[in-house]
Parts: sequence; C-alpha cells; structure tokens
Amino acid sequence: MTEPSHDQLARVVREHAGRLAAALLPLVGDFSAAEDLVQDAIEAALTHWPFEGIPDRPDAWLYTVARRRGLDLLRRDRRHHTKLALVAWPAEPEPDDRLRLIFTCCHPALPRAAQVALTLRVVCGLTTAQIAKAFLVPESTVAQRITRAKRKISDAGIPYRIPDADELGSRLGEVLAVIYLLFNEGYLPSSDQQIGGRDLADDAEFLAALLQQLMPAEPEVMGLLALIRLHRARAAARFTVAGEIIQLPDQDRRQWDHAAIKDAGRLIARAAAVKRPGPYQLQAAIVACHAEAGSWDDTDWAQIVVLYDMLLHLAPSPVTQMHRAIALRYVAGPAAALAELDTLADQLDDYHLFHATRAELLRDLDRFEDARAADEQALQLTTNPAEQHLLRQRLQ
Amino acid sequence: MKYVMMFADTEQFAADLAAMDESERERAYGRVQQWFAENADKITHHQHLLPPETATTVRLGGGEPLITDGPFVEGKEVVSGYAEIDVANLDEAMRMAKSWPACPIVEIRPIAG
Repeated sequence: MTEPSHDQLARVVREHAGRLAAALLPLVGDFSAAEDLVQDAIEAALTHWPFEGIPDRPDAWLYTVARRRGLDLLRRDRRHHTKLALVAWPAEPEPDDRLRLIFTCCHPALPRAAQVALTLRVVCGLTTAQIAKAFLVPESTVAQRITRAKRKISDAGIPYRIPDADELGSRLGEVLAVIYLLFNEGYLPSSDQQIGGRDLADDAEFLAALLQQLMPAEPEVMGLLALIRLHRARAAARFTVAGEIIQLPDQDRRQWDHAAIKDAGRLIARAAAVKRPGPYQLQAAIVACHAEAGSWDDTDWAQIVVLYDMLLHLAPSPVTQMHRAIALRYVAGPAAALAELDTLADQLDDYHLFHATRAELLRDLDRFEDARAADEQALQLTTNPAEQHLLRQRLQ
Repeated sequence: MKYVMMFADTEQFAADLAAMDESERERAYGRVQQWFAENADKITHHQHLLPPETATTVRLGGGEPLITDGPFVEGKEVVSGYAEIDVANLDEAMRMAKSWPACPIVEIRPIAG
C-alpha cells in the first residue's frame, strides 16, 4: 500500500461526503445532525487514511463510522431513535439527492459567506479548518458561520427540497453565484495562501460538474462549467516557475490544454442550442474566443465586442464595460477604448485593474507620464503579490 | 410552521399612497383584500397598525421607565401591520411574501416554540 497524496484524499472525501450527507439526511430527519455525523466520519477518515491507506470502499467506511456515531448520538437523544434504527446498508441515494443538499446550502435566506462555507463543508466534505485556511479567516469565524447557518435552517424552517419550476431560475442563480465566487477565490487568491492548501478552483469545478450531471438541461450550468474549464485549461501558462503572472498576450499557448478547450467549446455549443442565453454562457463564449485563437493577433476581437454587448444587455456592470473597452482597443484603437474606459472612472476608482488598464491604453497613446501615474494608483490598490510584482516591473 | 410577517412602509411608499386619487387608492386596497382572501387558509390572524406618530415607546431597566413619543427605532422604514401565518416551511412563507401587493418590505420571522 502506498500512502495517499493530499489531493487523492481530498478527492475521495469530496466524492463521498455529499452523497453520505444526502443519504443520511432523510433518515436522520435533521440537517444539522446529519451534517455532524458526516463531519465526524470525515475527521476520522482524515486521521486514519493517511496511514492506513484509502479503503477499497471509502463510501462504506465513511458510512460505517457515521452510523456508529449516529447510534452513540441516539443513545443520548431518543428523538432520533426510531429513525436511525432503520438505517441499513447500502444507502445509495437514488436518484442522487445531492441536488437538494446544494439548494439547501445555497438558500437565499442564508448570507453568502454562510452559503459558501456550508456548501464546501456539506457538499464537498471540507473540514472547518480547511475552509478557514482557504479563506484566510480564523477557524472560529467559519465554525460560527456554520453553526448559525445550521441553526437558521432548523429554526426558520428552511426546507430540504428542490425549488419549484417558477422559483428555479433565481434559486439556481444563487447556487451558480456561490460556485463562481469559489472559483474566483481559487483562481486568483488575494494572497499566496494556496501553497500546500486547498485548491478552491478544483472544488468549484467539482461542484459545477456535479450540478451539470444533476441538471443536464440547464444552459447556464453548462456555461459556468465551460467557463471554469476554459480558465483552468490555461492555468499552466499563467505563471512563471517563480509565481509571476504571465499576461495573456505573452502566454505560451502550447502549454494550454487544447483537448479541454475543445470539450468546453462543445459544452458551450450544447448550451447555446437550448436558446436561453445567460451571463455564464456569454462569459464562457468570450473566454473561448481567446482560448481558441492560435495567437493574440488572431483573436476575433469583433466577436468578443459583440459578446460583451450581449452580456452588458443581460447583466450591466462597470467591470464588464471595462472589459469591453479592452476588446474595443483592438477593433477601434486605443483612443476609442480610453474614451469608453474614462466614462467608468467614478464607479471603478477603487479597482486596481481599472487603473492598470488605463495605464496600458495611455502607454499605447505615448502618454507615458499619465501611464506611470495610473500604474502607481493600481499598485496601491492590489494586495495580490503576483499582481504587485507585475505592476512594479512595469514601473521600473 | 408558524411565522409572523411584519409589513413595513417606507417614506416613498407613504408618499406614493398619499399622491393617489380616490379610485387608485381603492384599487390598491382591493388588491390587499384580494391577497388576504387568496391566502385565507394560511393566515391565522392579521392586523393593520395606525401610523408611527401614534406610537409610544416605554424603555425599562434603568430606574423610572422612560416614555418617548414615536416608534422604538427612528428610521425610514416603519412596521405598519402584521399577519400570523401557518405554512409548511420558509419557502412557502417567502412565496406568500413575494406576492404581497402593498408596502415594499416584508420581514418573515418564525414564532418560537
């Protein structure tokens, strides 16, 4: 037996934690109690598996531990007695009940930070300590968020159900927003905590893929999954060995995962065929334009500008408008792009990429003094070490 | 599960209501009555409150009770009524609240016990 790697452990726990919670929940009848049992089982696994190896049936192993703890629990609390006594192996949820679990964790009556923490813990099987480390907050903060959220689920009567068709759109929007937030946190963490820690982008992809499997006809789910996969397909080319950012024009495109890019392209096409466009599908289509271009110069900028127009129509945002201005630079020139960008000054004055983008356009227009001032402003506004390094280089 | 829905007015809503002519206001009240009728099986009881200038607040705990004019929170949003409902879960309560045709804020609070 070889000792399992950190990533292997994480993957196996993640594959089974949500299933186990989904299977136990209807039996225990209480979200919080079921969740505690699963967490106990995960903690036990993380103690034993690194030394004993991952068992052949990790699901059965986790289930056995959860069941034993459950029996202990019911000895203390008679309310659970009859229900847990019925628990019998195997407990394969059919159809996959994890969808209910996801919708409960991402219920709009819970604050976003709690939705994120609960989803990671309940659906992905992260421990409170792992979540705290990934978000650089004290463990007690995460523990409190989870305790409060679970109490609210129980006290306020948040149901364990899949929303009806007429609420599905907005409720699915909550779930997608949680996954997208996780992905962004993992893709460009606001400090360098990632080394040896949890890759939240991987959890985001897992969740998006799970959601796609559970809701195969939803175009926005396909869009988000494609978006995440397209970004991750290019991850290898984004940083130097020393961890410095390599910007898109300078990336070695041979290092991209072209098979994954092709797959994501097919997913976007499938989503488009449903004819219900949405922000995630459009963002994925924009990233696909970059990913499918043979070089920076071959990029279909006109198409990208059109996609941004559609995106702005569905989801107006100054940041999106900024990205449109960047694309416009290659269609209408830097002066036109700068004019568009400058209309956003009031709204984006605190955003480092606004000033960094301005700096680039100003340099294109040979306004070097102004460019320098903009870069300096950008530097003051970012806390990300890789971005700080890039800006310092430009200022030298 | 039992919840109380607290209906809250805003200054804007009060101004809009005041600006309505007689027939508009009647239609607005009609919509509220219809909402109560449609949800009658879920509503245990409900009350509309007189405006905040009729409120009196008594603060206890520091010797002599302190009496002040007005609601206990001075704000732009004031509770104008409540309904006690009995529904399956929060989603059902939210569905009801979303279809509420009058004042712009509804707080849903579970009843203890």
